[in-house]
Amino acid sequence: MRGMLDWLDNRTGYRALLQGVLYERIPGGARWRYIWGSTLVFAMVVQLITGVVLWSAYSANAQGAWESVWFIQNQMTGGWLLRGIHHYMAQVTIVLLVLHLMQVLIDGAYRAPREVNFWFGLILLQLVLGLSLTGYLLPWDQKGYWATKVATSIASMTPVVGPGLQQLLVGGSEYGHLTLTRFFVLHAGILPAAVALLIVGHIYLFRRHGVTTPKSAREKPDGYFWPEQVLKDGVASLIVMATVLGLVLWSGGAHLGAPADPAEPYAAARPEWYFLFLFQWLKYFPAGWEVIGAQVIPGLVLALVAAMPIIGGWKYGHRFNVGVATALLAGIVMLTWQARVQDSADPEFVAAQAEAEVLAERSSELAAALSGIPVEGGLAMLRADPLTQGPRIFEANCSQCHRFEGHDGLGGQPADPPSASDLAGFGTRAWLAGLLDPERVATDEYFGGTEHVNGRMSRFVQRGVARFSPEVRSDLAKVIMAVSAEGSLPAQVEQDAVQQTEIEEGRALISGEEINCTRCHTFRDQTEGDVGPVLTGWGSRDWMLGMLHDPTEERFYGEDNDRMPSFGAEKILTEDEMGLVVDWLRGDWVRQDSQGH
Amino acid sequence: MSEDSLEESRAETEPTLSDGLDRVVEKERRDFLVGVSAVAAGTLAMLAPIGAAVVSLLDPLRREKLSSEMVLVARTSAIPEDGSPRKFTVTADRTDAWAAYDDSPVGAVYLRRSGDEVRALNVVCPHAGCFVGVAKDNSRFSCPCHLSSFDLDGAVDDPTSPSPRDMDTLDVEVRNGDEVWVRFQNFLPGRAEKTPV
Ligand code: FES
Repeated sequence: MRGMLDWLDNRTGYRALLQGVLYERIPGGARWRYIWGSTLVFAMVVQLITGVVLWSAYSANAQGAWESVWFIQNQMTGGWLLRGIHHYMAQVTIVLLVLHLMQVLIDGAYRAPREVNFWFGLILLQLVLGLSLTGYLLPWDQKGYWATKVATSIASMTPVVGPGLQQLLVGGSEYGHLTLTRFFVLHAGILPAAVALLIVGHIYLFRRHGVTTPKSAREKPDGYFWPEQVLKDGVASLIVMATVLGLVLWSGGAHLGAPADPAEPYAAARPEWYFLFLFQWLKYFPAGWEVIGAQVIPGLVLALVAAMPIIGGWKYGHRFNVGVATALLAGIVMLTWQARVQDSADPEFVAAQAEAEVLAERSSELAAALSGIPVEGGLAMLRADPLTQGPRIFEANCSQCHRFEGHDGLGGQPADPPSASDLAGFGTRAWLAGLLDPERVATDEYFGGTEHVNGRMSRFVQRGVARFSPEVRSDLAKVIMAVSAEGSLPAQVEQDAVQQTEIEEGRALISGEEINCTRCHTFRDQTEGDVGPVLTGWGSRDWMLGMLHDPTEERFYGEDNDRMPSFGAEKILTEDEMGLVVDWLRGDWVRQDSQGH
Repeated sequence: MSEDSLEESRAETEPTLSDGLDRVVEKERRDFLVGVSAVAAGTLAMLAPIGAAVVSLLDPLRREKLSSEMVLVARTSAIPEDGSPRKFTVTADRTDAWAAYDDSPVGAVYLRRSGDEVRALNVVCPHAGCFVGVAKDNSRFSCPCHLSSFDLDGAVDDPTSPSPRDMDTLDVEVRNGDEVWVRFQNFLPGRAEKTPV
């Protein structure tokens, strides 16, 4: 063994290297205050390890990024933990960097001969911010997409070269595949390489100059890096890691929003919390001052910080520096706090955030329920989901007249009172029973706001049904079952199958003596009047699509149609959109426990 | 060799001062030339890869922009009659790097109509590119990012708005009676003049 190591040392000189690395002399001995640099190196190593493994499952393209991150987060064993560590370590790194910088400033550790090393540190800080910025876009979710748009917009404001710069960053005039490949090469290639180089330079210069010792250290005996300081650094790194793990467990892992959609608003677009102050800052610059606010002032501040080693050599210079740094930090904290307060006091922002969360969860659930994301991608998958798209289309097109459980589909209240039926549960036995309830037919839930309130159906319910004998009432219950079964609602098919006999009886009763729906409605081949909507297939997908397409068709309301637009015939909605509303109203969407439709 | 002969030969070749100087100058010149050649050779060797790298990286600058052809966005019947704005997704055939997409979403517009006239606004905020929203009561537009505020015609209606210009209007044509065609374009944010991206 010994012989082999001797041989190795002879050929490589590793012992001298190790000696140099480990037995660095520390004047005054090891101290807790020297841990910051090491924890940062530790953080970088963690990012490197987790990052490379994330890379092994990540796909940098507009139709694979969200999808692969969803896979890492939800399918890959330990993926959520891996991504969680990478995500939170990035945030902790920023905190550590700021602490490190503040300590260097307060200790005056930037003064000659350490100026260059201070500048190295400043560049490192910016590189790390660059890593955060580029990393935020990579999952290609709504949050990252819209927040990064603001960042590249700011780049485009640069005088003269701005538009070109933006195109180079984005890889074209619009966000797309190349935006991801380019951000990824920055995030996983160029920036980390630059960070690594600068860290080597930073440590080399640090070793050359030695630590900046506090006065109290002067009397104490000198120590060595190994093992005392290494132990302290190790414990500190352990605490950092424990903090990160705590954050991951507490939050359940890094968040993944809904897939990026250039056509869908994202009112909750905010950058990561450590960029919030810049975001807030931009609010204070009126038209014409954007460049000043977004670029000139931040640039000047950075230049001032970079000049601190020189200013520090002047009389009172050090105090000035510490004052400026403290003021800057206070300003940043203030702005961040303000941004948070303004957002949480804004009901629209809070609502937007809640809605974003619903879409995020639904996207993830859909992918799981479909046992994988269809090749068209996560966005197409979400856009084809009745559960989330249906209510939006309803709110925009139907809620002027109809309601859904008393609201506009998305939980809001339109200005005008309802002038058509509430469509929640349309087609179910309960809905039909309500319609046939003399107490309820003329309320806002049903015909209250419509012309039909004085129509034949309304009269039949209020006068006829009200006087039904108990036997006829029980027949009516069967008729309700029968008509409702025409819709084959997903939530009711099982029940319908069980009660097949009652439903058969009900079908016969539809054109019976007492109830006799076919006096006005057509059912199968029976009809006398054909005044009201056809009952064959009532509430089924086809029936509802037909109604949406054109309610003035003879089989629906004909010329008795109140104000319902012909959504299909007049091309107000596309086929897809009508399908989404109908499926949503019928409760027909992909559920977690089922394997697709 | 014996010591004597060594002595002799040394005496024979003993360089004069000027000889030495010559040699030093000669060596310096040689070193300089070698140095220049080394740098030149290295640079030449790197020229092709670096050239190729730079040219490739700059490729987006000469890519064609999103075509600004008119696209069919909606039917007039889908736009509320009371003049309140409605959001429509703009879909178009587009090529994104290597992928060709049929009819995929490229952005969104707000359409408003008064009688037969239809007006279109790009939903993207001219300040820094967020998605402008409509106030709940349909009375104005407001951007959720830095709170720019616009009236229903898209004009900035609050002097403290950070937006440098009004919302971007787009060309609209109503064809065949009810088809709303829009020339969909994005514009550079953060500047007073409207420059297509
Ligand atoms: S992006 Fe709209 S106000 Fe800034």
